[in-house]
Amino acid sequence: MEFDLSLLLNGIVSGLLLGGLYAVAASGLAVSFGMLDIVNIAHPALMVAAAFLVVAVGGAIGLDPLLCAVLLSPVFYLIGVGIYTFYNRFFERRGDEALQGLAFFFGVMFIIEVGLVMAFGPEQRFLDPSYAFTTWRIGEIDLPLRMLVPALFGLLAIGLLYLFLHRSFIGLAIAAVAQDAEALRLLAIDPVKIKRLAFGVSAMLACIAGGALIVVQPVEPSSGQIFIGRVFAICIMGGMASLSGAIAAAFLFGVVENVTATFFGPSWAPAVAFGWLLLVLAFRPQGLFGRAA
Amino acid sequence: MALITRRRLGQAALASAIAGAGQTPGLFPAFAQSANPLRIGYGMALSGGLAGNGRATNLAYQIWAEEVNARGGLLGRPVQLVVYDDQTNGGTVPGIYTKLLDVDKVDIVTSPYATAMIAPAMPVVMQRQVTFLTIFGAGVNESFKYDRHFNMNVVGDNMKETYAKGFFEVIDMLPSPARSIAITAVDNEFAQKAAESARHFANQRKLRIVYDRSYPPTTVDFTPTVRAIQSARPDVVFIASYPPDTNGILRAVSELRFQPQIFGGAMVGPQLAAMQAQLGPILNNLVNWDTYSPEPTMQFPGVAAFQAKYRERAPAAQTDLLGNYIPPYAYAQMQVLEAALTRIGKVDQAALAADLRANTFETIVGKVKFGPTGEWAESRNLYCQFQNITDGDLERYKKPGAKVILAPAALKSGSLRAPYGPPA
Repeated sequence: MEFDLSLLLNGIVSGLLLGGLYAVAASGLAVSFGMLDIVNIAHPALMVAAAFLVVAVGGAIGLDPLLCAVLLSPVFYLIGVGIYTFYNRFFERRGDEALQGLAFFFGVMFIIEVGLVMAFGPEQRFLDPSYAFTTWRIGEIDLPLRMLVPALFGLLAIGLLYLFLHRSFIGLAIAAVAQDAEALRLLAIDPVKIKRLAFGVSAMLACIAGGALIVVQPVEPSSGQIFIGRVFAICIMGGMASLSGAIAAAFLFGVVENVTATFFGPSWAPAVAFGWLLLVLAFRPQGLFGRAA
Repeated sequence: MALITRRRLGQAALASAIAGAGQTPGLFPAFAQSANPLRIGYGMALSGGLAGNGRATNLAYQIWAEEVNARGGLLGRPVQLVVYDDQTNGGTVPGIYTKLLDVDKVDIVTSPYATAMIAPAMPVVMQRQVTFLTIFGAGVNESFKYDRHFNMNVVGDNMKETYAKGFFEVIDMLPSPARSIAITAVDNEFAQKAAESARHFANQRKLRIVYDRSYPPTTVDFTPTVRAIQSARPDVVFIASYPPDTNGILRAVSELRFQPQIFGGAMVGPQLAAMQAQLGPILNNLVNWDTYSPEPTMQFPGVAAFQAKYRERAPAAQTDLLGNYIPPYAYAQMQVLEAALTRIGKVDQAALAADLRANTFETIVGKVKFGPTGEWAESRNLYCQFQNITDGDLERYKKPGAKVILAPAALKSGSLRAPYGPPA
């Protein structure tokens, strides 16, 4: 493929838009995996479950998928609280959170997928808002609203999460539990309660990400599987427990994928993107924004 | 009202026992059927990525089995389907077929859907010398060369030299000859074989291949791929994709206002109701591989009645609402099995294979004859063009005119419209 400035610019812009989706998908995981050290491999499956609910509810009442995701997010908060309570009771408290905890979340993922097949069938589901078929053009740059609106919406949600984590008492407690859970007890704060709440917030973000996903593409019960590797890689690349790092890594991932796909073919895109992950870890093992131990 | 005496009850029980042993089939059919069913076993994608087509196939089998049982069964025995969900995971398939044959001891096995699931079952059935009637495989037996394998698929033998032939016949219909082509395919066996066939015909016709790349099935955003193809300025684009990718590609093509003379190829997805409902007018003028269209040239006896029954039950079965893709062929597969078993009069794997190889079968998808490798002796790859699509209303796909057949010539039902031009 010959070099073309327009192709490069469009590759970067479309990569940033894709990065917006990755960012909102990874932000919830940055809380559960990055801050709480819970390898929640079911996070993308929760995201897809949210997308299915958005289709069901939004389709029934004619609501925009993104607004519908906001309305459904408290339900996912409760689901997250429920999952964490179970995980804490049967794995974390017994000190079995490493391998058996991972197996638990694998199980949750499969249960969600099979549950979606049973409830909705295996077919693709979609809910296209009216703007999903519009593309803005600024000079040579294409901005499909199908990608732009969910990316901006995702960034808004991440911004609110950032404020919550940095400006509220509970947010600061979540940051503290990520650093030293036992120290919280000295302040008469129950770390389990804080973790439960944080996991609920993580599930809420999965719901928001589900709303963004259904605008970008139709979903089927197993759609979450293609995001597992990406969202974990983004969290690790950004630096564990670093929300801003996860966002920067998400954009980097998106841009590297799309520019590579444009000039060298889509087969190389994931290889180069994950190659970047290896490079980052080789030179900054703590990730882009992580703090060295 | 007749009283049932102890003696009458004893007579009925004796008759039931005799019939159950299979010695007097037909004398007391109800008793005979319940005691000794003809068991047909298969794995099927009832969940996972291929479940859409897997469930549709399963529903077609169920409809066939119910009809056969209503007629008194097959070989005087009621048909019982024994199905296991392979979860669209090839790793589960050998275990399922081992269980079906060694534990469940079914009389007949048919295949899962489709190539990627059929291949892992082959060693198991070959080891036990079982006749294997498969559904929608693509060149599976090229490497196994199993003489008891028969495949219900229009693709036929020698995919490289037949699959894309119709697409290039459509290219010949353009008012000014095409000079360049772009080819892209998802990294899986079916799509790569389809792309290989497109390359074969492009080289044969001296079309310049200006873009030729694969993409991984995990691709999320197709905008850069489509933009790269667009920048190569091909006259014609041949895509071999699977449903999630097909949607992304067509959306990206629409967003970038890409308008080659012909766009399409071997895209799996536009044959299905869910995607037709979603994409609506974006499908207009797409020229794509297909297996069935309700055009006047394909009104085979029985297909309309089957589809009416299928469509009635599809919503409850949570599967493809139209049944224009795989279901008629799944039903026809069972018609073939029924005809062969009826002719040989018993369950005999060698005789069944010999019968399938020797005869031509009348089905709801027309006459079916298997060739030396078990594929259709003559391929029948349809290339249809979506025309007059204004919205996602599925009613139009039940009638002629929405999916016009352009190739093969024998089934042609309309004229090519060019260029491909989805709305932005």
